[in-house]
Amino acid sequence: MTTIVPTADIVRTADGVPLKVKLRRAERMRKIRAVSLIAPLFLFLAVTFVMPIGIMLFRSVQNPEVSQILPRTAQAIQQWDGEGLPGEDVVAAFIADLRAAKEAKTHGKVAKRLNYDLSGFRSLTLQTARRLPPPETPPSELLDKLIEIDKRWGETRYWATIKKAAPPYTMFYLLAALDRNFDVKGNVIHAPPEVSIYIDVLERTFWMSFIVTAVCFLLGYPIAYLLATLPTKHSNLLMILVLLPFWTSLLVRTTAWVVLLQTQGVVNDAAVALGLWSERIQLIHNRTGVYVAMVHILLPFMVLPLYSVMKGISFTHMRAAASLGANPLRSFLKVYVPQTMPGIGAGILLVFIISLGYYITPALVGGPRDQMISYFIAFHTNTSVNWGMAAALSVVLLFCVMIFFGIYNRFVGIEKMKLG
Amino acid sequence: MKHSLTLTALAATGIAWAALTGPSPAVAQDSITIASWGGAYSMSQRKAYYEPFMKETGITVLEDEWDGSMAKVRAMTETKNYQWHVIDAETPDILQGCDEGTLEEIDYDRLGGRDRFIETAALDCGVGTIVWSTIYAYDGDVFPEGGPRPSTIADFFDVEKFPGPRGMYRFPNPNMEIALMADGVPNSEIYDLLRTEEGIARAFRKLDEIKSHAIWWSAGAQAPQLLADKEVVMTQAWNGRIYNAVNIEGKNFVIVWDGQLLDLDYWIIPKGHPETDLAYRFIEFASRPEVMANQSKYIAYGPTVKAAIPLINPDILKDLPTAPENTKNYLRIDAEFWADYSDELEERFEAWLAR
Repeated sequence: MTTIVPTADIVRTADGVPLKVKLRRAERMRKIRAVSLIAPLFLFLAVTFVMPIGIMLFRSVQNPEVSQILPRTAQAIQQWDGEGLPGEDVVAAFIADLRAAKEAKTHGKVAKRLNYDLSGFRSLTLQTARRLPPPETPPSELLDKLIEIDKRWGETRYWATIKKAAPPYTMFYLLAALDRNFDVKGNVIHAPPEVSIYIDVLERTFWMSFIVTAVCFLLGYPIAYLLATLPTKHSNLLMILVLLPFWTSLLVRTTAWVVLLQTQGVVNDAAVALGLWSERIQLIHNRTGVYVAMVHILLPFMVLPLYSVMKGISFTHMRAAASLGANPLRSFLKVYVPQTMPGIGAGILLVFIISLGYYITPALVGGPRDQMISYFIAFHTNTSVNWGMAAALSVVLLFCVMIFFGIYNRFVGIEKMKLG
Repeated sequence: MKHSLTLTALAATGIAWAALTGPSPAVAQDSITIASWGGAYSMSQRKAYYEPFMKETGITVLEDEWDGSMAKVRAMTETKNYQWHVIDAETPDILQGCDEGTLEEIDYDRLGGRDRFIETAALDCGVGTIVWSTIYAYDGDVFPEGGPRPSTIADFFDVEKFPGPRGMYRFPNPNMEIALMADGVPNSEIYDLLRTEEGIARAFRKLDEIKSHAIWWSAGAQAPQLLADKEVVMTQAWNGRIYNAVNIEGKNFVIVWDGQLLDLDYWIIPKGHPETDLAYRFIEFASRPEVMANQSKYIAYGPTVKAAIPLINPDILKDLPTAPENTKNYLRIDAEFWADYSDELEERFEAWLAR
């Protein structure tokens, strides 16, 4: 095959370089200059935003424990078909690997990893590692020796778990974040009921965010309207009342609610004194407390975009509607509200997405049944030190936010959003 | 164009990354950072250990607070970026950390040998510092003298006889043991039972009985606070915290010693710390009998060095978890059980809570 290079009709500059090339060069210089100006920002974003998120997403599929700490087993067990019990070579490789891992003090890591898949595996691995048969044991007796240490080594599912955990990358954590798991044959199945909570938690996260967003909208719209329509003298004072809490630390506001809402707190004291309710009621460490505190904290995120949009709407539109015969309600609904749509969209999107990732407030004023998905991300990061699971839950959360964002963009349009 | 831009960005990212994660500057020799649990307990350590240590050696002790999450220690050893020289930690975490290679193995020759310590205080990766206990305490104003008062571990679960919310430690250890104790399982059989699925299910069934009455706490200082705020009528707590609330803050709290769970706290050193000598110097100081005996002046926890026991102030002896009148019905935490099972049970416990 030949390439035909047309040369005759190319426009050239005085020094014989094709004009196209020359232009491209000039263009490139300009671009390099522009890029070098935004390079610091780009670098900052890459280092503090893109990279950590990338690493985090990657953690959810990494599965290095078995393949690195029990390398010979990981290789040998691939030949086993998952039926009955594995052959002598697998058992011998496993015992040799486990012995080496115990020497290197890494067997705890592999025990922890296997336990994620099958409860009880941690204790089984650690106890076995303490009582391994001597190296000179003939290979044919090794499996019996293991079963002597713990009869669970005679069950297929324990060996199958090692086989499942052997590849260096896995979908295991992502499936577990959706209450799913692989069975021995590699089919996706439901996780056992005593540990499957994440679908419920995800539903709860969405439901609570929805309620908070709805309440914020119902409360925020009249406030923003009032701010936008009052004379400046009064509206400035009101604005300070909105902004002051907004500038106060989240932690301070949350703990302030603890003081107010607790059983011996101000709200209960006042209500009992006024006879609103006779017995002190539980307002905190439950869903009520979480809703109250979250709505209070997120309200400015609804009011501010609404206000900025409303401020730009000329009041003459309403008067025009009235002069054309619309009653106040009709002119409000048909003329005013449609013009505030960009603000409504921005407020709802902001509040909803911030709510989805809420952590501190539910942790401080909620009970165990009011925790949202971020609580479990923190739990797996700090308490159970299961970083794969924490990463997988983060991926699920990120994915949900993106889906929500996509739906929103499809129906409302992100270009219509106005933040101020 | 796009290609070269990506390359430049990648190279620059790499340089920045190296700058961020490169070897951290050497910490000045004259300071040591110790992480502990905060509140009254850290106060007692400051008085008994940190201040005398500073006076004797001229080394500044910097304090930090932690919540026992081994993730931090693991992150330190993985990134070789050590914030803490010495950490006050609990047993199961130490056994796990030892197995996973995140903790320094203790050289007891540098501390005068293992025999100086009481039984189970000299672990491979941790040096015992206190004997403490999980008890439950109630407000003496809510259940006044003369009326019925909680006195057994079963009373903690009896919401009909003693109505009101209960403060509970948000952790399977010690709730699993306490549930089985209250359910009438003999103390000697509790851990064998908890190694079985039926035992775990039985403990959760018992905990179900008070689940709707429970308010969960996770930091030691929260327990006396919940009781003082009257958010709860009784709460599980670490005995020293209640002792201080009663003796220093003058609260009318009463400890129920029946069914107490005895445990130890240990000093640990993150693996590969470049200044382990400094850490040993502190731990050696803190395990001198006369130094250790001082701690019980400030909090009601017992010593772990045999020679310190006779030096304890006799006034406080009756408030220590190890006092004969307090150990009529007690359980010693089985650290090995928790090292093996805490992962499984923590996950089950969180799932149980979330339902």
